[in-house]
Amino acid sequence: MDLARTEVAEAVPRKGRARSVAVRLGLVAAPVVFFGLFFAYPVAAIVARGLKVDGVWQFGRLADVLGESDIRHVLWFTTWQALASTALTLLIALPGAYVFARFDFPGKQVLRAVVTVPFVLPTVVVGTAFLALVGRGGLLDELWGVRLDTTVWAILLAHVFFNYAVVVRTVGGLWSQLDPRQEEAARMLGASPLKAWRQVTLPALAPAVAAAALMVFLFTFTSFGVVQILGGPTFSTLEVEIYRQTSEIFDLSTAAVLTIIQFLAVGAILAVHAWTVRRRESALRLVDASVTARRPRGAGQWALLAGVLAVIVVLLLLPLAVLVQRSLDAPDFGYYRALTSADGGVFLVAPIEAIGNSLQYAVVATLIAVLIGGLAAAALTRRDAGRFVRGFDALLMLPLGVSAVTVGFGFLIALDEPPLDLRSTWILVPLAQALVGVPFVVRTMLPVLRAVDQRLREAASVLGASPWRVWREVDLPMVRRALLIAAGFAFAVSLGEFGATVFIARPDNPTLPVAVARLLGRAGELNYGQAMALSTVLMVVCAVALLVLERLRTDRTGEF
Amino acid sequence: MSITKKAKATVFAVGFGLVALPALAACGSSDSDGGSDSGSGGGSKTVTLVSHNSWAVSKSVLAAFEKQSGYKVKVLEDGDAGQAVNKAILTKDNPQGDVFFGVDNTLLSRALDNELFQSYEPKGSDLILPEYRADQDQHRVTPIDTGDICVNYDKAYFSEHKLTPPTSYDDLVKPAYKDLLVTENASTSSPGLGFLLGTAAKYGDDGWQDYWKKLKANGVKVVDGWEQAYNEEFSGSAGGKKAKADRPLVVSYASSPPAEVIYGDPKPTTAPTGVAAGTCFRQVEYAGLLSNAENAAGGKALLDFMLTKTFQDDMPLNMFVYPVREAAQVPEEFVKYGPQAKNPETMDPAKIADNRDDWVKSWTSLVLK
Repeated sequence: MDLARTEVAEAVPRKGRARSVAVRLGLVAAPVVFFGLFFAYPVAAIVARGLKVDGVWQFGRLADVLGESDIRHVLWFTTWQALASTALTLLIALPGAYVFARFDFPGKQVLRAVVTVPFVLPTVVVGTAFLALVGRGGLLDELWGVRLDTTVWAILLAHVFFNYAVVVRTVGGLWSQLDPRQEEAARMLGASPLKAWRQVTLPALAPAVAAAALMVFLFTFTSFGVVQILGGPTFSTLEVEIYRQTSEIFDLSTAAVLTIIQFLAVGAILAVHAWTVRRRESALRLVDASVTARRPRGAGQWALLAGVLAVIVVLLLLPLAVLVQRSLDAPDFGYYRALTSADGGVFLVAPIEAIGNSLQYAVVATLIAVLIGGLAAAALTRRDAGRFVRGFDALLMLPLGVSAVTVGFGFLIALDEPPLDLRSTWILVPLAQALVGVPFVVRTMLPVLRAVDQRLREAASVLGASPWRVWREVDLPMVRRALLIAAGFAFAVSLGEFGATVFIARPDNPTLPVAVARLLGRAGELNYGQAMALSTVLMVVCAVALLVLERLRTDRTGEF
Repeated sequence: MSITKKAKATVFAVGFGLVALPALAACGSSDSDGGSDSGSGGGSKTVTLVSHNSWAVSKSVLAAFEKQSGYKVKVLEDGDAGQAVNKAILTKDNPQGDVFFGVDNTLLSRALDNELFQSYEPKGSDLILPEYRADQDQHRVTPIDTGDICVNYDKAYFSEHKLTPPTSYDDLVKPAYKDLLVTENASTSSPGLGFLLGTAAKYGDDGWQDYWKKLKANGVKVVDGWEQAYNEEFSGSAGGKKAKADRPLVVSYASSPPAEVIYGDPKPTTAPTGVAAGTCFRQVEYAGLLSNAENAAGGKALLDFMLTKTFQDDMPLNMFVYPVREAAQVPEEFVKYGPQAKNPETMDPAKIADNRDDWVKSWTSLVLK
């Protein structure tokens, strides 16, 4: 195989090679400019605001801040709760990954979409759902007098709720493509089921499990809304502390130090993640997912299926159902009808208009994310992509791990002068949302693009096709579905983005999650009911988007 | 040669596309807004008020101002009081509006030290009650309203338990009131901070920590925000009753009992809650003309308007605060159920400025850790 490739490569004239470098630069340029302008620059601006006094960097603050016992406590809590959340998520979700990968059962597609809904819901909604479940007067309180709202358990369970889909999709996706006959062969040669699994399946699966674990760790390490709502004043993660220091205490230098610490930690997590992803792309014999799943056989397998379904019902569907139930807790859909009136006083417009705003923002954000993410993925796939470009892969993930409040404040202070005076324009919101969407586009597109046989591209260009034409004729037909899925994910994630949006959305144009948060911040039953109704609307929109995606699913659709 | 040129062209095209995209979008946005944006050119007829999300005014009153002054008022509500101030400070070189309303005496120094405001003495300043005046030599801020942060009690609870409600800070640490009080986090909530400052004013720089140790031993509960404390933990509020709340004492405002009456459904004949008169800290809210205001003339007109009798009379029932102007009308319910405290604790903003951060820090490690 490699031999053949070298031959083709040598057949490509020098001129072609130089051109290919040019193309690669061109592809990388757009994402670099985008991230430079809308991520690195604003974040650097807000960090500099905190750490630069009279033009001199005060790096000594790092040691000062780390010396404070409160801050060390926050770091410690951030780390251990992330470890505990990750372990708990793996424990609960891995059986789910197995069931989704290997079993065929009615409603599987719908269920796979439904378990993904929490992942794209904004954390305010998740926090509220959990409060309605485990808080005072919540369902558990009413049934058994159990309240978890001031304990760390509420946080851990909410994290499982959030990240269940990450494990099911990342691990389950690969698991469904592993040829079960390999394990069966080992069994035939006399290995016990456990040994066969440990020696055949586990090694193949391990990188995917590691990648999923790292993603869950990343998301829980930087957890914001869940901890803020469920943690009360006693529990604080690094991200919550950055928010408090910036937004409430106004200690920008401490916030800047914490931002740098989080940045380094996230960078390290991503570096390890990139490494495991690359290992996973090593040759595995993969088969079509549709041939590996079958009906469960025997009592054990049925019990496993039932157990997983029970967990999904209790842990994932119940909180969502509580939201729906509370939204209906007024006669004649009263809370839903109230959404259409502007008299509530919380907004200048009827809350229902937030739905229109959200959809418009999300469409624009999706376009940007697909454009930027698509270009980045195309650049990263190229076989001649060097080490630098591959490092870029991890860089594109950074926005997922950098505090949204940092990005939001950064936007406010950095993008306020011509030619980039975007502060009072609506484009700011989709730009911030696209930052979070791009990583999903890249991660969805990359495996598919990498699976396209390079020889096809080379053959086409030897035959004289321009790079654009090569892409159109070779790549596009193969990745069209992946592109749609990437777009769908970017769309759902944009809809749910809260942290940065809340800082930059204009009061007369709130998005759905922002409207929910503002309704929750007001006293009165009607406001609470409307918040529940609006959350339910958001949930339904996300669920529909994800169901459509399930229909489009291809065999190799990346990690999410 | 031609190749490198092409490469440059590609890079340029892509780069340009990116820069052009937001620019185009920016054009699109001002089109769709019908040019009402306070953009560069035609902004002079729009005056923009930046405030926190408790800002409220009657539509008719605002319309009267717009008609009489010829300015259209645009309001930007920016999160809670602290966040709004911080955001305004961060964007002060290129502010989002012309006037900022909603910085209170606990945060005043932060705004002044950061040069958030420019000097302007609005018409009617001479009618402001003397005790609320501040920054008299430079007139960077103008007091607009005032309110008292006080412990509220649930009348039903205390009559059921045949217990006298507390009336002073000293009462709150007595065993009779063990596990009854809920307050807010002083680092994240403005009533929480007000309550802390009230105890500091009462017991002094050295004594307040001891007081809080006793309060903690007496089972005070701390939650993050006013919403949670009042609507979920306090048994006397309409929300708390629904949530089966179990704390009959809460740190809130003197105007909360009248609010329970005015927003009651059905309207109760008397307030279900009362105020512990000896536990009050006085808050004053200020407005000012932002340093780099684009429409300074409009901003001045708006500040003048906020001191008119029309606005001051309208304010109480919209924002649940008291007017600062002499002889402004106070609604009947306020007089009946939430009179202003006779001798509230107060503190000089300069003293707050010097101590706030340290006190909050010690309070946090003392009470939360």
